[in-house]
Amino acid sequence: MKRPREGAPGEQPFVLVEKERGALRIAALDSVAARKRLTIGMALTEARALWPRLETADAAPDADAELRLVAAAACEMFSPLVALQESDGLLLDITGCVHLFGGEESMLRLTQRRLARLGLTCSAAIAGTPDSAWAFARCSRNTIALPGKEAALAKDLPVTALDQDTGTTVALSRAGLRTLGDLADRPSSVLAARFGAGLTVKLRRVLGYEDIRITPLRSAPEIMAEKHFPEPLALVESLLAVLDRLAGDVGGVLARRGAGGRAFEASFFRSDGAVRRIWVETAQATREMSGLMRLIRLKIDALADPLDPGFGFDALRLAVIRSESLEEGQQDFEGRAGCEGGASEIAALVDRLVARFGRQNVRRFIANDTHDPVRTGGTVPYLSSRLSVPWPAPEPGHPPSRPLTLFEPPQLIEALAEVPDGPPLRFRWRRVLHEVARAEGPERIASEWWITGSRAPATRDYYRVENAQGHRFWVFREGFYEDSNARPCWFLHGLFA
Amino acid sequence: MLFHLLPSALHEFHAAQESDGGGLCGLGLGLILGLAGRASPVRPILWVRHAMMACETGKAYPAGLAEFGLDPARMLLVQAQDPQSALQAGLEGARCSALGAVIVALWGQTKAYDLTASRRLALAAKASGVPVFVVRVGADPVASAAETRWLVHASPSRPLAANAPGNPVFDVTLLRARNGQEGLRYRMEWNRDAGEFVTHPVNAGAGSALAGPALAEPWRKYGNAPLSGAVVPLSFDRPGAPHDEAPSRRRAG
Repeated sequence: MKRPREGAPGEQPFVLVEKERGALRIAALDSVAARKRLTIGMALTEARALWPRLETADAAPDADAELRLVAAAACEMFSPLVALQESDGLLLDITGCVHLFGGEESMLRLTQRRLARLGLTCSAAIAGTPDSAWAFARCSRNTIALPGKEAALAKDLPVTALDQDTGTTVALSRAGLRTLGDLADRPSSVLAARFGAGLTVKLRRVLGYEDIRITPLRSAPEIMAEKHFPEPLALVESLLAVLDRLAGDVGGVLARRGAGGRAFEASFFRSDGAVRRIWVETAQATREMSGLMRLIRLKIDALADPLDPGFGFDALRLAVIRSESLEEGQQDFEGRAGCEGGASEIAALVDRLVARFGRQNVRRFIANDTHDPVRTGGTVPYLSSRLSVPWPAPEPGHPPSRPLTLFEPPQLIEALAEVPDGPPLRFRWRRVLHEVARAEGPERIASEWWITGSRAPATRDYYRVENAQGHRFWVFREGFYEDSNARPCWFLHGLFA
Repeated sequence: MLFHLLPSALHEFHAAQESDGGGLCGLGLGLILGLAGRASPVRPILWVRHAMMACETGKAYPAGLAEFGLDPARMLLVQAQDPQSALQAGLEGARCSALGAVIVALWGQTKAYDLTASRRLALAAKASGVPVFVVRVGADPVASAAETRWLVHASPSRPLAANAPGNPVFDVTLLRARNGQEGLRYRMEWNRDAGEFVTHPVNAGAGSALAGPALAEPWRKYGNAPLSGAVVPLSFDRPGAPHDEAPSRRRAG
């Protein structure tokens, strides 16, 4: 894969430069530059001496990484298992996918064409093991190694295909070992003794004797159904109709497995390589696909940037990312699924709210087992699987001791206390002076003993106070009057009912 | 007094905001939670909060809800970035009959909450039987389709030993009601252990004859009964409440 060229540099060589070891050096170059014997790592001054009209731009590694992720997403059309390889490569595990694209040759061509639409030139290869395919892709482009033929084909590759450090490569070539064939003929124990076991392992992998699994960017979905179009499809309505059919297929598989999906993903592969993903999570396992389609429609309507079809979509995929077992329920006479109707109605409501307002904005409360008032109660997304400890029962006969709302962080107030350990007499909050009419406290809350160092907040004395008008506040004093030189600070932490 | 609170209807609560930028939102909220909690003790409650609410009056604090007598596990919280989405979420909730109540908390004067929006909420509440409470802080009342509109003030509590603040007490004023019982004022004290309000009429108004211990359980007594008294037919050109009836108060600064 090569970096995209910006603009049309014509016949002038074009390189990307970055600062390395105190000098601007070539980080990447285009085909014209490569033909003119410029190399990666060459100092820019040297390159300019050769070609004064060299065009340059600064390398942007972050943008490259982003572009590679886009390319990886575009390749997901061919296989759900796509991994990043080194700094500029992609690995696709195409086991079982080949027949869908009319054989390996045609698949290779389609992949290259798809990446070309993103403005990338790529050299690709297919082989039995990831290392072998990677070596072919870099050293002999467009090779398709048939099963069992890797070793024979790889014998002609140069030793640089092994991706060893420069020291090892130079040592190998000095020893007269130029191709993998030279290496393969030697006993591996000799090579391991001189160059380390890493080299022999790598050699076995490149020759196809040893297979390893790739680590995909995204794990393979549990169930997926997809549809590739002979011509790009641009009408959102027809796309949704296709998605509806895919949903039917997925639902059938779910029903056969006795499972229901909790998380679904619809991927829209646009013909220019962009991929849009619609992620739908449900509160209950479901295989009722009309409900799912409603959620997907809601989600598409709520998209900040609409599902721009551009020149159309090439393919559509619906995947079940997470599923749970779901028993077949008895339906009642009116055709409704029986038993807990309320729970399923709530689950449907949550699904609609999540689809419209986002997972992060639909929340529930959880209790944490701590007495630190800031951490004791929090919110998590409703669909999160975190469990809550039970809430402590309030003490009977006593008014609520915790406020209904909490300021985060606490708000600084100016307070005047009568006695050092007493409640404030009056305080000023948001420029308004409040006279304290009633007060209760202090309730001393220190952080847990196992929290030490700078993370541990100071001990706080909390007071419940009520002003003359009847507003009730939760205020605290941080620190003590006696043991600190600085005056203790007062904060307002919450509002009572 | 709470016999006005028809379960399947829209009720509006205005927190009377007295100090500059002050928030006594906890107040109106507490009242509503108390009512909604009692309306149906086990069903979940949808609580939609406008994001500004968290800035001005603090984040919802579950330990406080538990102390108030309401199980936080029942709450389904939606954070809305703007009033429109808050009302949309509230509408979604009002259509779901499995909910116990819907609370929509809005901050500030907003054009989004108008006659149309409130009418939608009211119709949804009527169809599903879920009470919908709209809590407004820092806003003047506008014409709306609400069944009742209340103004909530903080009120000094009855002190406990050593002058400690007692149970939460609120002064509520009925600004407007469809059945014409306007201008009622009550002082309500929340008793968490009993799970109910103790109400005392403040001044001798039209409702004084109706007030008393028997009304402390309005939901049980009047749960599904039709609205007593004359029901004013709804029309869109009729202003909900004249603005001069609302007590004058300063806006949020």
